[in-house]
Amino acid sequence: MSESKDHGHDHPHGHGHGHGHAPHPFQPDIEDGPITEHMVLTRAVTELMIEKGVFAAEDLRQKLEYMQSRNPGLGARLVARAWTDPAFAARLIEDANAAAKELDIDAGVVEIRALADRPGLHNVIVCTLCSCYPVMLLGNSPDWYKSREYRSRVVREPRAVLAEFGTEIPEGTELRIHDSTAELRYFVIPERPAGTEGWSEERLAEIVTRDCMIGTALPKVATE
Amino acid sequence: MTAAPASTDHTPRFAPGDRVRVRAAFPPGHIRTPYFVRGREGRVESLAAIHPNPEGRAYGGDGAPKRPVYRIAFRQADLWEGYAGPPGDTTVVDIFEHWLEPAEGDAR
Amino acid sequence: MAKRRHHDMGGLDAGPVEIADHDHAPWEKQVNAMLRLLADSERGVMTVDELRRGIEDLGPGAYDELSYYERWISSIANILLEKSVIEVDELGRKMAEVEARMHEAQAASGKAEAGKGAP
Repeated sequence: MSESKDHGHDHPHGHGHGHGHAPHPFQPDIEDGPITEHMVLTRAVTELMIEKGVFAAEDLRQKLEYMQSRNPGLGARLVARAWTDPAFAARLIEDANAAAKELDIDAGVVEIRALADRPGLHNVIVCTLCSCYPVMLLGNSPDWYKSREYRSRVVREPRAVLAEFGTEIPEGTELRIHDSTAELRYFVIPERPAGTEGWSEERLAEIVTRDCMIGTALPKVATE
Repeated sequence: MTAAPASTDHTPRFAPGDRVRVRAAFPPGHIRTPYFVRGREGRVESLAAIHPNPEGRAYGGDGAPKRPVYRIAFRQADLWEGYAGPPGDTTVVDIFEHWLEPAEGDAR
Repeated sequence: MAKRRHHDMGGLDAGPVEIADHDHAPWEKQVNAMLRLLADSERGVMTVDELRRGIEDLGPGAYDELSYYERWISSIANILLEKSVIEVDELGRKMAEVEARMHEAQAASGKAEAGKGAP
């Protein structure tokens, strides 16, 4: 990546087990790769914030743990419930944050909107200005979502971009790109695919991948 | 630039279905209105929210007064010359009210 | 004068989307968690709008060269300096101390040479 200023250090190879020194105020995981300037900056700012009492080490630990708990499985549960319960689907579209609460899912304080695909309509999300994303329901966004290539091109040539994901949208289907540049976050409720009749919610949730809720993929039923 | 826009009272100026044009303005600084829709015409889908202005909050201000944010739908064909897909494809962008004006011919 | 800023990229030409992802490193998760603490309603030390403004103001070179969370921590540090939550000198001293400690910890764990193989 960028200016890592620590190349050339010759560290001893052994496993020193040198844990004798005094405990540090904050001891997160040891980084695997080379230590970069930005890693140092991150650690330094964190420690200053703790020393100044802006937040406590325990606050940070809890927040890390909480963020770790955010993943696409949460959004997938909402989609699977919406597929099996039309009244819930309506509530999810009306107020996703409140509907998520019904399933004991915390969607956070930022308003999230569910965009329902239907025959003749397919939704895709992007943030061309930065990379706004429904983190509370899908976890961190993938690298490609934040990339110049996706952000630049998906608004102007969405069908070509989707084709790069192996997703073909029929010409007769309206493609709607949602540029979430302001105060709301979006995720897609894809259409329930054929061949899933009678499936349990748990089984349905398994085919609702992260990319399905971004709109760059469609749920697939494995053919035997 | 013109003086501060209306809507200091939070009353939305536009309604769903209205044709609007995004102001072709290019001030320096932090802006949440994408370049590719400035000067373009679209249709108000819905009022998305009433929110503090990020153009103020980005510089330590409180973003008051809060402003309506609309979901504006643009036809791809109106945004991109020679758009390769079907004419019905759209892009929807959330836009703060002070970036919008009635489209010409849309009496209001 | 119609000037497009470098981060405002919708509609520009670009290459194929590289459909890749990576597991976030501990420091990246830490940046993410820290921002959420700093910007929460309880603390309100900074806003997400300020974070974005700070990222945009890193300039085109840094915006393209730095990774996502490198941009974030650069912006966070700048905003905290700007608001006098931290001062340049204390940040510099803390960074020197932290860097020495990180090298020591990495050497002790043997991870420096282990590279990417770790789980």
